[in-house]
Amino acid sequence: MDLDGITEVVAPRARAGLPAWRPGDAWLAGGTWLFSEPQEGIGRLIDLPSLGWEPHAVTAEGVQIAATCTIAALDRLDLPASFTAAPLIGRCCRALLGSFKVWNAATVGGNLCLALPAGPMIALAVALDGTALIWTPDGGERTLPVRDLVLGPQATALAPGEILRRIDLPAAALRRRAAFRRLSLSPEGRSGALVIATRDPSGAFAVTVTAATRRPVRIDLAGIPRAEELRAALAAAIPDRLWYDDVHGAPDWRRHVAGLLAEEARAELAGGGA
Amino acid sequence: MRLTVNGHAHEAAPRPGQCLRTLLRELGWFGVKKGCDAGDCGACTVHLDGEPLHACLVPAFRAAGRAVTTVEGLAGPCAPGDGVPDRLHPVQAAFVAGQGFQCGFCTPGMVMTAAALDRGRVRDLPAALKGNLCRCTGYRAIADAITGEAAPSCAHSPPAPDGGAIVSGRARYTLDRDLPGALHLKVLRSPHPHARVRSIDATAALALPGVVRVLTHADAPDRLFSTGRHENPADDAADTRVLDPVLRFVGQRVAAVLAESEAAAEAGCRALIVDYEALPACLDPELALAREAPLVHGARQTGEDAPPLHPHPNLAAEAHGEVGDVAAGFAEADVVTEGTYRAQRIQHAHLETHAAMGWRDPDGRLVIRSSTQVPFLTRDALCTLFDLPREGVRVECGRVGGGFGAKQEMLTEDLVALAVLATGRPVRWELTRTEQFTAATTRHPMRVRVRLGARADGTLTAIALDVLSNTGAYGNHAGGVLHHGCNEVIAVYRCPNKRVDGAAVHTHTLPAGAFRGYGLSQTVFAVESAMDDLARALDLDPFELRRRNVVRPGDPMVSTSLEPHDVRYGSYGLDQCLDAVAQALAEPPPAAPPGWRTGSGMALAMIDTIPPRGHFAEARIALRDGRYFLSVGTVEFGNGTATVHGQIAAEVLGTAPDRIALRQGDTDAVGHDTGAYGSTGIVVAGQATLRACEALAAMLKQGAAARLGLDPQACRLDGDAVAAGAARVPLAELGTLEAVGRADGSPRSVAFNVQGFQVAVRPGTGEVRILRSVHAADAGRVMNPVQCRGQIEGGVAQALGAALYEDLRIDAEGRVATPSFRTYHVPALADVPRTEVVFADTHDSVGPLGAKSMSESPFNPVAAALGNAIRDATGARLTATPFAPDRIYRPINDALDRSEGERWT
Repeated sequence: MDLDGITEVVAPRARAGLPAWRPGDAWLAGGTWLFSEPQEGIGRLIDLPSLGWEPHAVTAEGVQIAATCTIAALDRLDLPASFTAAPLIGRCCRALLGSFKVWNAATVGGNLCLALPAGPMIALAVALDGTALIWTPDGGERTLPVRDLVLGPQATALAPGEILRRIDLPAAALRRRAAFRRLSLSPEGRSGALVIATRDPSGAFAVTVTAATRRPVRIDLAGIPRAEELRAALAAAIPDRLWYDDVHGAPDWRRHVAGLLAEEARAELAGGGA
Repeated sequence: MRLTVNGHAHEAAPRPGQCLRTLLRELGWFGVKKGCDAGDCGACTVHLDGEPLHACLVPAFRAAGRAVTTVEGLAGPCAPGDGVPDRLHPVQAAFVAGQGFQCGFCTPGMVMTAAALDRGRVRDLPAALKGNLCRCTGYRAIADAITGEAAPSCAHSPPAPDGGAIVSGRARYTLDRDLPGALHLKVLRSPHPHARVRSIDATAALALPGVVRVLTHADAPDRLFSTGRHENPADDAADTRVLDPVLRFVGQRVAAVLAESEAAAEAGCRALIVDYEALPACLDPELALAREAPLVHGARQTGEDAPPLHPHPNLAAEAHGEVGDVAAGFAEADVVTEGTYRAQRIQHAHLETHAAMGWRDPDGRLVIRSSTQVPFLTRDALCTLFDLPREGVRVECGRVGGGFGAKQEMLTEDLVALAVLATGRPVRWELTRTEQFTAATTRHPMRVRVRLGARADGTLTAIALDVLSNTGAYGNHAGGVLHHGCNEVIAVYRCPNKRVDGAAVHTHTLPAGAFRGYGLSQTVFAVESAMDDLARALDLDPFELRRRNVVRPGDPMVSTSLEPHDVRYGSYGLDQCLDAVAQALAEPPPAAPPGWRTGSGMALAMIDTIPPRGHFAEARIALRDGRYFLSVGTVEFGNGTATVHGQIAAEVLGTAPDRIALRQGDTDAVGHDTGAYGSTGIVVAGQATLRACEALAAMLKQGAAARLGLDPQACRLDGDAVAAGAARVPLAELGTLEAVGRADGSPRSVAFNVQGFQVAVRPGTGEVRILRSVHAADAGRVMNPVQCRGQIEGGVAQALGAALYEDLRIDAEGRVATPSFRTYHVPALADVPRTEVVFADTHDSVGPLGAKSMSESPFNPVAAALGNAIRDATGARLTATPFAPDRIYRPINDALDRSEGERWT
């Protein structure tokens, strides 16, 4: 929709061209969320795609994904066969509420920075040990595990003026086996619970719960737990107030189905050996 | 910046925050529609350098130097305003051949999306089309058009006459025209559920650039009206002002700002300083009649349809009645079942939002171009409100982008008229999708207590209904919906003892209004669920229980009064409908996923084919220069009347539908038309068309017979001539002739619908999957099977939204908590099963050419049939819609636990 409060768009070609951040600025990536709601208080857009970041790079260390990489570009990414967790990428893309047309514009970084509980790129990055590279307003950089980047619904650890530049997924995480489960109130609806479990070649097990909770929850265990151990670990890691409550699922249902999905994912990884 | 659109170069200067959708429309590409403006509905889909995108989400500046293709240019380069291309794109042609549209408002976006699908995506249409909403078709015809399964329309189902225009983006909806010099109207809305406006300071707003005028209650006529429109305006309580200093729901108009641009008008709204005196609010209908409840209105005039009998000012309407002796009926029953059912508030979600334009024509007449189902009643209401003579006001419609009852209201025209009268300038006003959810109308939420008594053989001995309807802040349709909702639902059953106690109450919430089914969907959910419980209690097959109790020709149709009425059995196909669905459900269901529970359920519904107490239509058919020109008042909004009126005329005049030029939806077209509501587009307006055409046919035969010296009986109409044996008199030689036909909506007939489902339910998660959906309908003679099937599929799909997903929630402060498609889930293709449609073979003696209505009624039995199937699968009786997983998983798991427990004890 038209954002009639916007009076200026800045399109920098390089980092040096970024204007000094001021209140009322918004970083514009794909625009698929910014342009979907009235934006009170925003007066200036700073266009990040103008910076021309390479969408992604595959290296020996893993995969680097630019914040401005579109969901469509991520979905098309060809990864080495040794990256056994790679199918998670496609499944997380499909978990986006927006259609494939939205994938053509929506970005990985935008999904992370919007920090909605159902943001599937958050699930992907947390489950695969993603690290965020952040540009600080003083011209520097810092890194932060994505699991610590997202603090709650539409709340991140980014300070004013900071820009999410890149997400790195390490090769070790991509070599894990993974199980993916998702549920919503309608077949293609916004995720009400999204669970990813992974198992390291060493046997280490991790489960990531998103959508059902206000922020991503990641539980790491030394080996595959028994069903009741997983139940106990979830109960310990997710207090009642952390289950998310909105029109896409009542909190008691989210808790209930997140438990079911986590158990299914656990059982899937428990079969077939390490 | 420069951009190319459909091969046409444009120089444009978009505003910094402008999106591509509005830029393209400003450049004259009206095929780019607004359904949501938020990336959810897909109606604005375009290709940017070949890539499909939602134009409402694309910052306009990103189109600089790039090539845009809109639906107008899909078949090849064109300029703004060009006509329908000679050759359609294959996808467009497939949508025409498969009739993959009804109102057509979503069609440009559907076509542009479909044209961008690769084979993989076509194989997974539920995912591929999750960003495209259609509210009319139920998606089957769209899916078939895309996958190439569409059968070409046969002679009995000629395609919609505007098909080419719709699929190529040329069909002109309400706002699809330039209005030079128009002011843009925006409304400041109430933040309080109940408040009094102490003062409005417009100084700052008027000082803003572009702001021209601010309208407040001081500018509005000191006169009350109802937004609900009926043939008799007194049916609905006159309780509404164009702008009112008393605010009765969050979202009510406070003031209107007129400006040179939408942005300036919005800025003007933000700059208004309003001093509100907040007042206590009543949000809960169950508490509305308490002595201390805050009053929504004081003592006042009420509507004449189902007027309240008790003095509480929060009562909007009441319906009471008893036939026989209900207490005695329950006393003689072997089995009594009862339950309390809740049907939630839902929104129509027509893709074209409410919108109107207004201006003075060269003769000084006030012209309102509006998205309405009732142009004539709107004109009359404007005349009354502003003291204007009928000949001083014209209301016209473009093609209307869906209605479902929502446009049987005057929600925009009054304020646009006031703005034109106040400023003398043209004015346009388009509601946002959020305003649709927060400030338009909804279905009436209802609580229905039902009690049924029967003898051991299944014979009903008593039916008692107690209904509480929440009409919200205003009484539009309060009485009519209550009255209608308590009628056919029990009139369909032969039972000597019936009682209804119904009340519609005011609360400080957004007003409910007319909605497809007009009260019946809520009460049918209750009664048909209770009938299912009764069948179980009696250990009777649910079909058998219905067969033993439904009315048959000869039985009086009685709800709560023995007064004579004008409803008769013009035809009767309920028995065929029951048999068809019973047969389908007797077959084993398709395979369900392992671990899911399966079951089947059914429900029926009856509907009078026409609203009571007069529904009028006039049709004029003229022969000029050998060509036929048909004028009707009724509006095309996806109901298919444009097609069927042409068919009726063609059948009577012995010609082809494409030989009939149709003009409709314009108060200048004919003398009067009550409107396209109550499913009357064919049975009333079509009747008028039939009579006009029969009169003209007689004149033509007379004229030809006189020339040939023959008896008119020897003549027949044959294409472009009147023939008698080998002799032919060309129509062109018969000069100019005109005939008028009228219909008054009486007598009326009854139509029937039976829905059956086989479902699978996943214990644990509460997910419901429909394995099979069968719908049998008695529509009399089906004039256009392809189109009528589409009406039924669309009705079932819309009802599945109401049964499974949709809930317009209002929070503790009276605010709508679901103000967007993202928070209010309308079924997408993935949510809707294919429904097998079966037609009863009947021919109505009342309707035109044997036809009965079939627009609203397919909606009505769906929720109960689904609830009954879930009950069958799991043992859980669900008493409130929607059956969303998070609401039903507990009762389902509890019921399954109980049955497991029973197995081991």
